[in-house]
Amino acid sequence: MKVRIRHQRREVELAGVRSVRELLDRLQLNPETVLVVRGSELLTRDARLGEDDEVEIRPVVSGG
Amino acid sequence: MRCVKCKAQAQVEVRRHHAAFCGPHFLEWFEAQVERAVRRERMFGPQDRVLVAVSGGKDSLVLWDVLLRRGYRASGLHLNLGIGEYSQQSQEKCEAFARQRGAELLVVDIPSEYGVGVEGLAELAGRVACSACGLSKRYLFNRVARERGFDVVATAHNLDDEAAVLLGNLIAGNVDALVRQSPVLDSGHPGLVRKVKPLYRIAERETAAYAVLRGIDYVLDECPNSVGARSLLLKEALNLLERDAPGTKQSLYWNFLEKLRPLLRAASEPVALRSCLHCGQPTTAEVCAFCRMTERVAHKLRSRVVAPAQAGREPVGARSGPGPDPA
Ligand code: SF4
Ligand SMILES: [Zn+2]
Ligand SMILES: [Zn+2]
Repeated sequence: MKVRIRHQRREVELAGVRSVRELLDRLQLNPETVLVVRGSELLTRDARLGEDDEVEIRPVVSGG
Repeated sequence: MRCVKCKAQAQVEVRRHHAAFCGPHFLEWFEAQVERAVRRERMFGPQDRVLVAVSGGKDSLVLWDVLLRRGYRASGLHLNLGIGEYSQQSQEKCEAFARQRGAELLVVDIPSEYGVGVEGLAELAGRVACSACGLSKRYLFNRVARERGFDVVATAHNLDDEAAVLLGNLIAGNVDALVRQSPVLDSGHPGLVRKVKPLYRIAERETAAYAVLRGIDYVLDECPNSVGARSLLLKEALNLLERDAPGTKQSLYWNFLEKLRPLLRAASEPVALRSCLHCGQPTTAEVCAFCRMTERVAHKLRSRVVAPAQAGREPVGARSGPGPDPA
C-alpha cells in the first residue's frame, strides 16, 4: 500500500496493514491530528485497507 | 462505522459527540454547528456586514464558505504578511476562492503599506515575528472593518485553537487575557468593532474534514515562523488527552466559558480606552502600539536611505479584488 504523508513530505510503502487504525499505529500518528483520505473519500478508524490502496495522510493541526 | 443519520458508510467520526457521519450528513451537521454558534451567542444577523479574516488556511476559508452558503453578507479580508512564498501562495488561495464564489475580497499588502513585511517590522522594532504579526492583524482587521463600515469581524479560531490558548493563559496566570477570551468580544468603544469566532464549537479535525469534502483548496504549508511554536506544543498535549479521553478540549473550553470566566469578569475592572493621537484607533496609551511600531520602523527605514513607505496614514489601502468572475 502506498501512503503519502503530506506534512512530512514523504511517501512510504507499507505491507500487511489492514485498517486505518493499524496504519496510524504503525506510523505512530495520533488519529486526532490527521485525516486519512482515499481518493475523494475520508476514512474512519475502522475502515479496511487493501494492499493496492493509495492513501493520503493530511495533518489537521495548524499553528502560529 | 455507519452514519448515525442514514446508516451509510461513515466518513467522519465525531467522538466527543459519540457520532459518525457520511459525507452529506457531516456537512449538514457542521453547518448547523456554525449556525448554532452564531445564533446562540447572537454574533450577527442576516443584515449585518461581516468581515471574515482569511489567511488562506483551511479554517478561515471553511468559515467563509459556510457563511456564504448560509446567505450571510460575508466579505473576506486578507493581509499579505510579506513572508516570501508562503504569503504569495496564501493570497492566491484566497483570491481563487473569492473568484469562484463571486465574493468580495479585500487585501492589505503590508510590505507596500509599511515598507517591509511582518518579519521586517519585527526585526526593526525589536519584537519577535509573531508578536509584530499578531499586533498588525488585530490592528488592521479592526481598522479596515471600521473604515469600510462592517458591523463585525469574524475570525476562524476553532475549538482546538481556543483550548490551546486557554491552557497557555492558565499556565501563565494571564488574567487579563482570560477575561477577554470569549467567542464574542463586544466593543466597549465606538472605534472598536465587535469580534466573533463562529467556529468555537468545532474541532480542528472537523474543519479539515469539511475542507476536504467540499473540495476547498487551501494552503497546506505552514508559516515558517510557526515551527516550534508553543501553541503547537499545547495542541499536541491536548490531542494526547483527547485521544484517550474524547471531549477533553470541549470540556476545558466550555467549562471555562460557563463557570470560570463569569467569576473573572465580575472581579475585573473594565479598561478605559481612548483614541490614538496619530491614527484615531482605540488604545489604552496616547499613541497605539501599532503606530509606535510602524513609526519606529519608518524612521529606521529612512535612515537606511530606503524609500520610506507611508506608515500610519489614513486610510489603509485595502483594495477590492478580484471581485466576481466576469464569466
Ligand atoms: S506563525 Fe506566521 S502567520 Fe502566525 S503569527 Fe507568527 S508570523 Fe504571523
Ligand atoms: Zn448519512
Ligand atoms: Zn495609532
